Amino acid sequence: MESPRIPVIAGVVGSGNLEILVEAEGPADHCTIVVVTAAAGFGVIWQAVMDDFVARHKPGGVRLSINDVGATPAVVSLRLEQAWDAFQGGSA
Amino acid sequence: MNGDWSRAARSREGRVARGMIAGGGRIVSRQKIIELLEAVIEPGDRVCIEGNNQKQADFLSKSLAATDPAKVRELHLVQSVLALPSHVDLIERGQVARIDFSFSGPQAGRLAKLVEGGRIQIGAIHTYLELFGRYFIDLTPQVALIAAQMADAEGNLYTGPNTEDTPAIVEATAFKNGLVIAQVNQIVDKLPRVDIPAGWVNFVVQAPTPHYVEPLFTRDPAQISEIQVLMAMMAIKGIYAEYGITRLNHGIGFDTAAIELLLPTYAAELGLRGKICTHWALNPHPTLIPAIEAGFVESVHCFGSEVGMEPYVAARPDIFFVGADGSMRSNRAFSQTAGHYACDLFIGSTLQIDLAGNSSTATKGRIAGFGGAPNMGADARGRRHASPAWLKAGSEDARNTGMPRGRKLVVQTVETFREHMEPAFVERLDAWEVGESAGMALPPVMIYGDDVSHIITEEGIANLLLCRTAEEREQAIRGVAGYTQVGLARDRRAVENLRDRGIVRRPEDLGINPRLATRDLLAARSIKDLVRASGGLYDPPKRFRNW
Repeated sequence: MESPRIPVIAGVVGSGNLEILVEAEGPADHCTIVVVTAAAGFGVIWQAVMDDFVARHKPGGVRLSINDVGATPAVVSLRLEQAWDAFQGGSA
Repeated sequence: MNGDWSRAARSREGRVARGMIAGGGRIVSRQKIIELLEAVIEPGDRVCIEGNNQKQADFLSKSLAATDPAKVRELHLVQSVLALPSHVDLIERGQVARIDFSFSGPQAGRLAKLVEGGRIQIGAIHTYLELFGRYFIDLTPQVALIAAQMADAEGNLYTGPNTEDTPAIVEATAFKNGLVIAQVNQIVDKLPRVDIPAGWVNFVVQAPTPHYVEPLFTRDPAQISEIQVLMAMMAIKGIYAEYGITRLNHGIGFDTAAIELLLPTYAAELGLRGKICTHWALNPHPTLIPAIEAGFVESVHCFGSEVGMEPYVAARPDIFFVGADGSMRSNRAFSQTAGHYACDLFIGSTLQIDLAGNSSTATKGRIAGFGGAPNMGADARGRRHASPAWLKAGSEDARNTGMPRGRKLVVQTVETFREHMEPAFVERLDAWEVGESAGMALPPVMIYGDDVSHIITEEGIANLLLCRTAEEREQAIRGVAGYTQVGLARDRRAVENLRDRGIVRRPEDLGINPRLATRDLLAARSIKDLVRASGGLYDPPKRFRNW
């Protein structure tokens, strides 16, 4: 990736939505994802959504910070795609 | 029988005579309405209180719930909806023995409690057409309490844009020795037009306030999500365009509102103007205004009207069914028939879908009923005329072997999780439990799995027509069920195989980039935009105005 890799934010803080910050961080074969959410008991679903995202894009050398306000998995997946796209220098 | 063939007719004569005394004539003052009801209704009568998800005979309903329970009792209610508090009050007061209905909506929780407590017996939950049908066979009302906009001194009625169920109810009641009592908003010298002739009406009362009308079909575009935009793109490109859907019905909801608002933008860009969505059985949805103005729509027949749409509809008589007086005429029975037989596609949302594709809006503790959805959302087995969409769907249907026949497209569109992370996909519908606790003969299923042709979620489209076995069908459903337990338990290899065969299609398989699914695609993004699109003709109810 020759893109400048400046940090990007996607999404909004609002009910049923979430905000994702993507920053360059750590070794190229590592990806750190931090989820802050008030909704307890959905660990399995978060893990499955993140597994699919990582399998699809093989993100390395990045940290994703997710600030969740009760988004459904559909919204989470969409925001991840948007954030990743912007970070890669796609449609910002 | 000794040649006595007119006992019911004499019973009506007796009721009318008692009513004339109690009410002081044919035009009854509102102060005498309770006395009138007590005089003409007999214990055990089948009574229809008119009301649907739009207009309501609310004054007559409230008056009925204020009658003496010792006089007005053991009633059998036969009516479209149990939606008003006064409907349920009547049951709580012990005046009702049995109910046959279609939809309970806002009273679903109270109704479930009364049924569980043994306070009331449910005959059946019907579709609208089914209940109307029974009015002419075994559930003919002895007394119908109806709502109209205006009456003249003779008792002719003008029902106006909200004609809705009135003709079906009055036809059955008046011609089988029943009594028709109408509440009207106004009594005038001359009606704009006669919707119900005076000879079919026994008593008229002017209500203290205009009958209640619910703006049930108004959806604020501001609340449409990007996920709904994505699913609307899939519906348009993956189903409407591929089958060439020109004749259709939309269930109510934000999912279908999103489709309507994508017609002048996304669908137009795909070159689909004039090729899809030209003829509708649909209420006057405000969200259809931009598509109408863009020239997408040729004709719309309506079940009822919609609050605030009257001036717009009246100004578009080429599109809507409008009387010589200039106001719309709706008719639920005819529009339901049109939706069942003359449309190639129904699309709507639901609360739960199981592994066979059965869908239900009954959830624990709520007996909600299903209104008209099952009439639209069912293959019309009696249909005989062909259309390209119907034939294409029929050619895909794995069950059609031998004799060629067509197939209606019945599409369920759901986000995999509803609000509060309630999964839309379940192994077992709550309907089973609801049916058992209410002592119903069958679980209250809204749309049977074998009628569903496609399921759309944010994950993709499952084409159930192409599935050859129950196992394939189950995996196709799991394959679009996202991160619900049903979705997580999929056989990934089987789903990929279904994807290769075009049974499961992802947005990318349809050439849709989910990142382009933004609200910018909506032809209107607020109620104000809809008003503007209508040239100022649409007059939204206050609660939808924020300017």
